Amino acid sequence: MTGHPLSPDSPDTGARRRHLLDRGFELLALGVLLLALSALAALLYDILSSGLGRLNWQFMTDMASRRASTAGIYHALAGSIVVIALTGALALPIGVAAAIYLEEYGGRSRLARLIEINISNLAAVPSIIYGLLGLGLFVRALGMDRSVMAGASTLALLALPVVILSTREALRTVPGTIREGSYALGATKWQTVWYQVLPMAAPGILTGLILALSRAIGETAPLITIGALTYVPFAPDGIWSAFTVLPIQIFNWVSRPQAEFQDNAAAGIIVLLGLLLLMNAMAIFLRDRYQRRMRA
Amino acid sequence: MSNSPRTGSNRLHEWAIERVLLLCATLSVFTTAGIIIVLAVETFWFLTEVSIVEFLTGTEWTPLFANRRFGVLPLVAGTVLVSTIAMAVALPMGLLSAIYLSEYAPAQLRRVVKPILEILAGVPTVVYGYFALMFVTPLLQQFIPGLAGFNALSPGIVMGIMILPLVSSLSEDAMRAVPGGLREGAYALGATRMQTSLTVVVPAAFSGITAACILAVSRAIGETMIVAIAAGQQPRLTANPLVPIETMTAYIVQVSLGDTPQGTIEYRTIFAVGMLLFLMTFTLNLASTWLRDRFREEYA
Repeated sequence: MTGHPLSPDSPDTGARRRHLLDRGFELLALGVLLLALSALAALLYDILSSGLGRLNWQFMTDMASRRASTAGIYHALAGSIVVIALTGALALPIGVAAAIYLEEYGGRSRLARLIEINISNLAAVPSIIYGLLGLGLFVRALGMDRSVMAGASTLALLALPVVILSTREALRTVPGTIREGSYALGATKWQTVWYQVLPMAAPGILTGLILALSRAIGETAPLITIGALTYVPFAPDGIWSAFTVLPIQIFNWVSRPQAEFQDNAAAGIIVLLGLLLLMNAMAIFLRDRYQRRMRA
Repeated sequence: MSNSPRTGSNRLHEWAIERVLLLCATLSVFTTAGIIIVLAVETFWFLTEVSIVEFLTGTEWTPLFANRRFGVLPLVAGTVLVSTIAMAVALPMGLLSAIYLSEYAPAQLRRVVKPILEILAGVPTVVYGYFALMFVTPLLQQFIPGLAGFNALSPGIVMGIMILPLVSSLSEDAMRAVPGGLREGAYALGATRMQTSLTVVVPAAFSGITAACILAVSRAIGETMIVAIAAGQQPRLTANPLVPIETMTAYIVQVSLGDTPQGTIEYRTIFAVGMLLFLMTFTLNLASTWLRDRFREEYA
């Protein structure tokens, strides 16, 4: 930059100024990016420093309690796992069926187009609105009360758009020649989908499902809205049982003024983030295996 | 499945399966219809007791007190205030990050940074609520002595951090879709990367970037847990970010936490507020989709 041999005077200083400005802009943009990343670091540091001291085996296995030092997350963790398992069991078959229709059958029909627009709009509806739907439809109209079933149905509706979109992506990666080969052997459309297309797309579908569920497991607002009680001192014993989940337990602890409860909240957050990390690692593992197989 | 080719039962079988698949696909339409019906019915009953004029223009919201007032404006003001703060954080930071990642960053750095930014988007909102209340508010109080324990500023900033990846990744997609020829033309004229980014790439990607921002606003308006935890529960018609306020979403949570019996006016308020929230976000989502489709056509 300094001492340019050919143009020692005014054009050079103009160019130098522009390059300095460019450099400054690059540093500013990089600085902003680093600031965003450091917010993540601050978040993790804050949670680990307040929560790690509280985290031990007893915390994982203790029931809820009015006293911070003996309160644990056993029932909330159990509730989260049961609700998410049921959410997956509801969302997977319906979501995959819907995606198969749109990708393999619907084609360019007007109905398929309408459904598509509708799904992308649903994906952007705030989750608390799904909570109001769950309250009006599942809890009241269908009389499910504040049960695991009502909570899982609400979360399944919330997860469906994501499951449908990722399943369609997975179906699209199956080469058309596979379908043509199957038809050439006399298979029907459904036989082709069931025996050829779905097995090939399965890892991609599962990856999408896990990512959708990892979003659902952190959802708090819709479950509060359907009235999942914040103090349920037992683990759910069936799909009609009352329940609480990890995020609601965390919310309950955060809302209390005493510092000990807030340390409990931080410890609960560590468990929740650990669970999320586990699910995401599973999704990445599946995707890697899938990609290797597709290349082979 | 059925192993009897060329029979009527086989054809029937295929036909039935297609119907079942179609039924599952239309469930999404029923979901939208369900949302609208549930919200509309309860809102209708609410409006038989409270005039729509009072609901939309009243400046006091006290449905849970003895002296009940049903003016939704304080809740709307709270939502707008927090969302504005969030966008003031997310918009410049998200855009600059997107410009850096799209126009400056080497490929390896982008491969590392993008997944980390995605983590920010995947953190549950209840965790952000904890972060706003326990970390950001005390931190801000050291610089702003008048800041209340519950306020709009801290959850607004944290919400901005939460939606930053959305703004950044969608804007980056839009910028990378701008044809390379436009960039090369600018470079050939002697423009620096900053001049190329700001005067060629960003304007060319403008409708895509705007779509991303509208989607971000819609996300901010519907965000619930951060404000329910850190903004307080005091509906207040104010633009002061330092005092406790209440947003539309936080109000729905507040009522849901109590044991409000079905059929009472308090119970119906959350559906009326929900209806307003749904209409606001739905309009924004439609606008965003429309802009994105237009952008796609430009460079198709």
